[in-house]
Amino acid sequence: MMAYLGRRLGQAALLLVVVSMIGFAILHLAPGGPMAQYAMGSNMSQEDLDRIAAQLGLDRPLPVQYAEWFWRMLGGNWGTSYRGGQPVLHVIGSHLGATLELMLTATLIAVVLGCWIGILGAIRRYSVFDYLATIGAMVALSIPTFWFGLVAIFIFSVELGWMPAGNRQTIGDGSLLDMLHHLIMPALVLALVETAIWSRFMRSSMLDVVNQDYIRTARAKGLPEWRVLSDHAFRNALLPMITVAGLQLPTLLGGALVTETVFTWPGMGRLFLDSIEYRDYPVVMGILMFSASLVLIGNLLADMLYAVADPRIRLG
Amino acid sequence: MSTTTQLLPATPADEALPPRNTAWRRFRRHRLAMLGAAIILILVLGSYAGPYLIPYNDTYIDIMQRFAPPFSGAHVLGTDELGRDMLARLMMGGRISLAVGFTAMLISMVIGISVGAIAGYYGGVVGSALMRFVDAVLCFPTIFLLLALAALIDPGVTSITLLIAATAWMDVARIVEGQIRALRERDFAVAAEALGASDRYIVFRELVPNAVAPIVVAATLNVAKAILLESYVSFLGYGIQPPVPSWGNMLNNAQIYLTSAPWLAILPGLLITLAVTSFNFLGDGLRDALDPRMESH
Repeated sequence: MMAYLGRRLGQAALLLVVVSMIGFAILHLAPGGPMAQYAMGSNMSQEDLDRIAAQLGLDRPLPVQYAEWFWRMLGGNWGTSYRGGQPVLHVIGSHLGATLELMLTATLIAVVLGCWIGILGAIRRYSVFDYLATIGAMVALSIPTFWFGLVAIFIFSVELGWMPAGNRQTIGDGSLLDMLHHLIMPALVLALVETAIWSRFMRSSMLDVVNQDYIRTARAKGLPEWRVLSDHAFRNALLPMITVAGLQLPTLLGGALVTETVFTWPGMGRLFLDSIEYRDYPVVMGILMFSASLVLIGNLLADMLYAVADPRIRLG
Repeated sequence: MSTTTQLLPATPADEALPPRNTAWRRFRRHRLAMLGAAIILILVLGSYAGPYLIPYNDTYIDIMQRFAPPFSGAHVLGTDELGRDMLARLMMGGRISLAVGFTAMLISMVIGISVGAIAGYYGGVVGSALMRFVDAVLCFPTIFLLLALAALIDPGVTSITLLIAATAWMDVARIVEGQIRALRERDFAVAAEALGASDRYIVFRELVPNAVAPIVVAATLNVAKAILLESYVSFLGYGIQPPVPSWGNMLNNAQIYLTSAPWLAILPGLLITLAVTSFNFLGDGLRDALDPRMESH
């Protein structure tokens, strides 16, 4: 077990290095590279620019620069925002809460709904419900999230006037009820794709499980069907879902970006787009690296959790 | 996932027919895939032939006619904020969106198959280095990566197509790598090697053709993915730039007019959804038809 965890940690660390290399490469692809901030100001002579480049260490060989950059990232120094002058990690941190709130709510909705649809589909395989759920999931995966958001705003905000069309709260009103009111629609929109994916994986996981010997044993010893399903089948079918949750992280983050844009949600996705708009490369890079690291850590945690939760897995 | 569930058991007649026939019969039984194929055909025909059949030009601005609702006058699907005919714009936008989706798929397949084949065939240090690179790129949420790259370049149809391809080949590489790694141990591959065939011959003449089923399925699903990605990046303003219409950038301004002219938002989105759903159903049907063992649940 420990050997497995150790190896897995080692792989993740290696992957983080490769991820950071990709990030570093993109940073240097940017027009003007890390010097863009000064080059755009154009009040400086070439001499000034050269001096700043030397001060920032940009005149040294790329591998050296990379090593220093990576070391600084590990130490938590992710540079400063061109726009506000604050440290990048600080800027990301101040937007992270809103994004996490949205992502966690959407995941909660998706897990509950998706598991329910998936289990029902597996129990009544090839029923009308199962077919509709299959088709529905396929369509849900094909709808552009931003468009679904626009349609939701059109119906529930413009036509019916039930829901606020955006933002995290009404200005001057920070009550829990008000925040929930603002949260419902974007969370549901973000949950659509997730629900579809969870329902598909839950269905096949459940189908894998109900054919196992221990389910037959449970039935043979006379357990009522609902207990066979809830105590034996469901709990085991849920195990592979840990991995699904990890694998879903990139999709979830990407969906959050789009949802936040449509609903003017003050999270990391909006910050990312605003930073692109202002050519605030340090923040753009910071969010890129931050989200990739989040995905990496999420997958690592999912694998470890799976190994802990499933007694059959004793990877040496 | 691992279980194999077959919708219908193979009939004895299935066994007797040559494989291609069986695949076609299985595909035809998949009604949603047939429907998807039909819709794709209609969308392609409509986008490419349609503009010649209607009296409006997609770039003709007619301020007096702006915001005409659909089914209300001379413009069947109404007009946009500049009085341009929506139907004409949807057709021209379809050309761009479908062409970008298809071309990006082709490029991403070439990259994905090459990387996957090399990694799967040679394995070892090269193989694991390539696959770790794939893993690393997959850590970045696709939209984040696409937007960051799109902000660095001059957006145009060609550059956006290339960028979408650059962010969509990793899944293909994973699929092909797994297939090639399994196939290269098989007798026919070992035999070809023993006969002194070159690596390139073995990979592209022996191994890749035997992995054609999952590759075709992945290609179909990749068109759907590429159309979606184009719509995302164009909607956010970093993709195809106006006045060239694409289904994605037509939605770019639509949010402002959601109250007064909702059709501007609803129509292009419907077409994106229709096209993407159709390619997804087609891919699903092809998966069932070409290789019943890997049928989706």
